[in-house]
Amino acid sequence: MNASLPLSVNDLTVAWHRKPVIWDVDLEVQPGQLVGVVGPNGAGKSTLLKAIMDLVPKASGRVEIFGQTYRQSRHRVGYVPQRESVDWDFPISVLDVVTMGLYGKIGWCMPVRRRHRDIARKALEQVGISELANRQISQLSGGQQQRTFLARALVQDADLYLMDEPFAAVDAATEKAIVEILREMRRAGKTALVIHHDLPTVPEYFDSVVLLNMRVVASGPTKDVFTRENLERTYGGRLTLLDEATEAMRRRERTL
Amino acid sequence: MSVLLILTVFTDGFQISDLKFHSSLLAVAESLTNRSITWPEWGQWKRVLLLQDYNTRVVMLGTGLLGMAAGLVGSFTLLRRRALMGDALSHATLPGVGLAFLLAPYLGLDGKSLPILLTGAALSGTLGVVAILYIRNLTRLKEDAALGIVLSVFFGAGIAILTIVQQVPSGHAAGLESFIYGKTASMIASDAQLIAVAGLLSVIIIALLFKELTLLCFDEGFAGARGYPVLVLDLLLMALVVVVTIIGLQAVGLVLMIALLVIPAAAARFWTHDLKRMMLISSGIGGVGGLAGSAMSAVFPNLPSGAMIVIVCSSLFFFSLLCGRSRGVLVRIARRWELNRSVDRQHLLRGMYELLETRESAADPAEISMPFSQLLAMRTWSSFRLSRQIERCRRHGLLVRRDDGGLSLTDAGLAEASRLVHEHRLWELYLITQADVAPGRVDQAADAIEHVLEPELIAQLEQLLAQQRTSRGVVASPHPLESSAGLSTVSADKSQSPFEKDRMP
Amino acid sequence: MSGLENWSWAYDGWIVLAGMLCAVAASLPGNFLLLRRMSLLGDAISHAILPGLAVAFFVSESRSSFPMFLGAVIVGILTALFTEWIRNFGDVDEGASMGVVFTTLFAIGLVMIVQAADHVDLDPGCVLYGAIEMTPLDTLDVAGQPIPRVVIVLGVVTIVNLLFVVLFFKELKLSAFDPALSTSVGFSARLMHYLLMVIVAVTAVASFETVGNILVVAMFVVPPATAYLLTERLGMMIFCSTVIAILSAVCGHLSAVLVPHAFGYQSTSTSGMIALSAGMLFFIASLVSPRNGVIVRIVRRQKLALRILSEDLIALLYRMDERSRDCAVSSQKLSSVLLSRPWLAAWLMNRNVRKGHVIRSESGFRLTDAGRDLGSVLVRSHRLWEQYLVSEGGVAVNRIHGQAEKLEHFTNRELRDRLNEVTAAPSTDPHGRRIPSEHNE
Repeated sequence: MNASLPLSVNDLTVAWHRKPVIWDVDLEVQPGQLVGVVGPNGAGKSTLLKAIMDLVPKASGRVEIFGQTYRQSRHRVGYVPQRESVDWDFPISVLDVVTMGLYGKIGWCMPVRRRHRDIARKALEQVGISELANRQISQLSGGQQQRTFLARALVQDADLYLMDEPFAAVDAATEKAIVEILREMRRAGKTALVIHHDLPTVPEYFDSVVLLNMRVVASGPTKDVFTRENLERTYGGRLTLLDEATEAMRRRERTL
Repeated sequence: MSVLLILTVFTDGFQISDLKFHSSLLAVAESLTNRSITWPEWGQWKRVLLLQDYNTRVVMLGTGLLGMAAGLVGSFTLLRRRALMGDALSHATLPGVGLAFLLAPYLGLDGKSLPILLTGAALSGTLGVVAILYIRNLTRLKEDAALGIVLSVFFGAGIAILTIVQQVPSGHAAGLESFIYGKTASMIASDAQLIAVAGLLSVIIIALLFKELTLLCFDEGFAGARGYPVLVLDLLLMALVVVVTIIGLQAVGLVLMIALLVIPAAAARFWTHDLKRMMLISSGIGGVGGLAGSAMSAVFPNLPSGAMIVIVCSSLFFFSLLCGRSRGVLVRIARRWELNRSVDRQHLLRGMYELLETRESAADPAEISMPFSQLLAMRTWSSFRLSRQIERCRRHGLLVRRDDGGLSLTDAGLAEASRLVHEHRLWELYLITQADVAPGRVDQAADAIEHVLEPELIAQLEQLLAQQRTSRGVVASPHPLESSAGLSTVSADKSQSPFEKDRMP
Repeated sequence: MSGLENWSWAYDGWIVLAGMLCAVAASLPGNFLLLRRMSLLGDAISHAILPGLAVAFFVSESRSSFPMFLGAVIVGILTALFTEWIRNFGDVDEGASMGVVFTTLFAIGLVMIVQAADHVDLDPGCVLYGAIEMTPLDTLDVAGQPIPRVVIVLGVVTIVNLLFVVLFFKELKLSAFDPALSTSVGFSARLMHYLLMVIVAVTAVASFETVGNILVVAMFVVPPATAYLLTERLGMMIFCSTVIAILSAVCGHLSAVLVPHAFGYQSTSTSGMIALSAGMLFFIASLVSPRNGVIVRIVRRQKLALRILSEDLIALLYRMDERSRDCAVSSQKLSSVLLSRPWLAAWLMNRNVRKGHVIRSESGFRLTDAGRDLGSVLVRSHRLWEQYLVSEGGVAVNRIHGQAEKLEHFTNRELRDRLNEVTAAPSTDPHGRRIPSEHNE
């Protein structure tokens, strides 16, 4: 139990209907780092984040956040989900979405007050879309949606941020803005675990990287771990038989 | 106070009589509590089952055909994720019926004739279809909202119109009410014929446009891209629903018609993955439901036929849910059981083999006795489970019980065990050398996958890993085997290097 | 009007009030049902509770509301539960599972009731559903005043629902919008789901027993849907749905009394007419909603098309003017070049005269200075875009015209300046024509 470690994952296995999605994952994240998680599609990256947050049941393993369980450290974790996970036709404004980040602090049944909205507005300024505060979310571009989610995470004022593909399908300006915010967070001593899909930018953005393909293929400082050999092992090549076998297992499971 | 006096409000087959309701409720309670079942006589059974009674015959055939047609059409709406469209459209036909009755005299037609009422229902149903499409395509609202709106608004309008109909002197006649709410018992031959015709029409249309409709349900975008008029096909499908619905209203009533469109198709889904077969099963279930339901209703007193048909169909649904061959719950549980058993067997045989290996003696394996307790300690399984598995293996001739209570492998058992161990180890080696799983972890990982290894995979593994075999032709274990006190004298660190134990014969 | 002769506030007033209360009580949770794509739940519950009512009645052997109420609420919640189970266990589509559950329950209820009715000389229709028209009959004494029981019951339900929505507003909003975040922050999405189910079941049952099922099923869906079309704020949507619900109730009862009289009949079912009024309001909103009403969108599109054509005419005139200074062109000539309808071109050119962009002379239309400015802006935008597309976009020269043609109408000063900057302030376009310079207005 190490209270200074933002995240410590031991032996984590998550199975969905008996089909393993991630196996025996061991992970330690040092404070004040930007950690990237890369791997092919279906490698279980989103599942890893969800398992850390208790959103999916664990088959085995332990997760500690600042030395405590997720439930105890909830208030120190900020989550930025994938954009596709919500219905953007919902009748709310950008400010409303950002304010949602504060609901946990506001508590059950208590109303949202002006000071909460002010905090939300400040976060919008930080991500550069303060002029969109009253816009309905269906009118946002992809980059603006992403910034909205980011602002929502910022108001949570967490110490550990878990982000699911924040850079997916955003324009270059937004990408730059997100990177800048991440760096500011790092300067403030916060930690971020970010699922990323664009390999060329990994060395530029992240201090450490985790190569995940159902199991952790490699993890550690980017310059040591982010090698071509490791990437090959993560993304295929010599892993075809493994894929085939797990596919056979899944097929079998489907008939079960 | 005029509103009060002539009050008869329809709600799905119920009539609320104005001021008698207080007393009627109490009477109902009484009758529910002091019931006794009067079992029908054999004579009665025979009459119904052999279709001797003309009326019953008509009803049974009519509802049977209806069930078949509904099952057929329902398959498509289920796959299109619009199972409750029948719900919305059944309710939507109501205003048409009422208006037809009211307006027919102005056109010089008989308001109570069936074709007129059906035409009204059809028109109103079509309007409902148009409304659903309008809401779905031209506003931001989604499918379920469109159905909900059409359902409730049209139905409300229908009730309002029917209340007016009640005020017309001839509006009380049984014909109109039973048409809407289904008095199956009074089905006559022409009604059954109508059902047969509609059913046949549906079958023909579906047969002709089978692949187009399938494509529509499966991948609307692709269908559009290939040039199929998606909107027209959609309309056609909904028109079929309207037709079947209208026909069915008479037989089973409003709500119960929805059931026929949804339940047989949902039930059929559990039996097959093939669409054609699913449709056949679905119409079969619908047909059986119709026949059995109306038969039971004829034989037993006081069982409304519409409700019985639905209950039969839904029993078949739950049966399918549990036992359906391809997706039923029980079947899945049974398969999992079987897998567990085969896994257990493999573990047992492998465990025995590995114990033999740690023995390291040159003695004939058939002579080596392995105590039960040692086998029990190898894995986390209960002694009950282990004994059961041992018993099964014994029955299959894979091992024998010795006089001292221990167990040893037969030749057949040895062969099988060798094979299993070989595959397992191949896999472990692969995981270590190719997939970088740490040696200590390998057993667990291999454990999960190996039970589903197919022969092609094994062959590939063999090719890929140029390995050396032990004296028994089995790959040496890449990780230290659990040595157990009492059997062998091998110390733990003897098998550090995976290939040290190799000895060519 | 003849229908209103019998209007008595003591009577009809209560009916309207009951209708309003039911409508508001239902539309409040209905908003969240809509957002969660569960609009058909109200209808499903209205059918499914039949066995619940029958069993409760049978067990309690009395007409008193509470056991029936309880029985129905339990079945209402079970409906939602069974639907979930079938959906998960059997992997059945959501709508289909709901369909299976409620029709089966309904059939069972029907059988139970018919079985019981053989001792009673009544059609197999026990009175388990109320009717709104009977509201004023059954009164209780409250502070010396006879108030209909229906109003009291519905009043309580409305207040409870209002409190629920106000108290849990943000939790409902969050769990409907982003269940994953909701759960991870501590507001279990599943808990909110079941709370909502309870509220819906209670509202449904209370309404069936008092005013019948037609009304409440409609009010769960239609006012919220109407409000959804009118606004894009959740708070406003809930408020609008309440207003629309009240409006439907009032219009409904009025039309139930008045409309049949116009045709020579006596008044008709209030519930039905309330549902129909709500539908009418929905339809109107769908057409004229300021944001995306159907008619509004069509009108907007047309206006845009007209603006584009009008600008095209000016731009064309400018181009002709470039070649032969101060020329006068007829509208037929213009429309034949642009391939538009002659009468449309003529009309738009007249409008341009009024706007001061052109003046009319005997031989045709002629640009004014203002018109020349406008034309130069359009042409400048067009040619800047062409330049940009070639140099930055790598588009083939023969394709740029079409695209530039579209883009020129949406290029403001700021965008022009940026284009200018990016293409290094060109003086000619790829076709070699001069790019007009910016006028400093």
